[in-house]
Amino acid sequence: MTIRISAPDTASKGEVIELKAMIQHKMETGYRRDSRGDVVARDVITRFECRYNGELVFASDFHPGIAANPFLSFHTRATESGTLDFTWTDQDGQSWSETHELTVE
Amino acid sequence: MIRAGLIACLVFAACSAPPEEAGTPVRDPLPDDIKRSGTAFLQPDTRALQADDFANPGFLWIDRGEKLFRAGVDGSKACAACHGEDGADLVGAAAHYPQVDAASGELVNIEGRINQCREQHQSLPPLDYESDDLLALTAYVSHLSRGEPVSVDVSGPAARYYEMGRDYFFTRRGQLNLACSQCHNEHWGEKLRGDTISQGHGNAFPAYRLEWQTLGSLHRRLNDCDEGVRAEPMPLGSDTYKAVELYLAKRAEGLPIETPGVRR
Repeated sequence: MTIRISAPDTASKGEVIELKAMIQHKMETGYRRDSRGDVVARDVITRFECRYNGELVFASDFHPGIAANPFLSFHTRATESGTLDFTWTDQDGQSWSETHELTVE
Repeated sequence: MIRAGLIACLVFAACSAPPEEAGTPVRDPLPDDIKRSGTAFLQPDTRALQADDFANPGFLWIDRGEKLFRAGVDGSKACAACHGEDGADLVGAAAHYPQVDAASGELVNIEGRINQCREQHQSLPPLDYESDDLLALTAYVSHLSRGEPVSVDVSGPAARYYEMGRDYFFTRRGQLNLACSQCHNEHWGEKLRGDTISQGHGNAFPAYRLEWQTLGSLHRRLNDCDEGVRAEPMPLGSDTYKAVELYLAKRAEGLPIETPGVRR
């Protein structure tokens, strides 16, 4: 599963920083049928969370209306040096994560 | 007497009708001075998505391709072992594909060259056409040539493929009885339902099509076009589509490689 994260490596204390995250996922709705008329099983990510040194700073619930390869862009305030943890969890509980180290000066 | 007159009328009509109405599309090439990449026909939002190197979803495959390029599989030699860590030796290469393979005399596109490398130099099985791994590697290699003008050789052994591709382009096919040229040479810039007809250049492929919700090859796009005119599509990676790819590359000569493009 390919994940792309865009976040600054350094920020000054109190600065509002933009975080972007994208994951390769087909987000199959469960409403489509294949060429033989069989229902294509639903396969969607249901939850995205971003934690900053363990503290939840952004979360999103996904539903079948979300396009494939979901892309999120959001902001947080840089308070201290630490780890940004991005986690996606699908309907079956499988999850994918990526981390980014942020230095606050 | 009446019958003779009717035949005379028919003969007269057949002789005086312009060639287009007689069933043969005009074979004039697209003039160089009006050549425009498919990007020019996109909605502003789609164009912005292609221009943003983070938001452009095609980069998911570029990233994947870069990883595959650097890593050997099961102890095999990595692509990077021969072509340089950042693919430095391949910069600009994609702009000259498809080309005729000197050893076999066959036309190969980038997908074909990658699979040839896997079999001959890496002892790996070829990847399936349109598999995520082959798309990723193709996109990565093409992306190394981003900005390079398309320039292919259609002389010598390539000439026969070029002719084959050109014939395909100008031949009416399918239940709608349309040739590629009738949309992309004669009516580009006009509307086909809600969409603007492009000139049909392949310089942004593999491209992320919003309709597909994934990255896809030029051959998949050709396949869709054939289905669109209700013609029997050719297999992906077939000689016919490779020949069309060559004709399109010659036709797009001078346009910069845009991989990964974003298309409607």
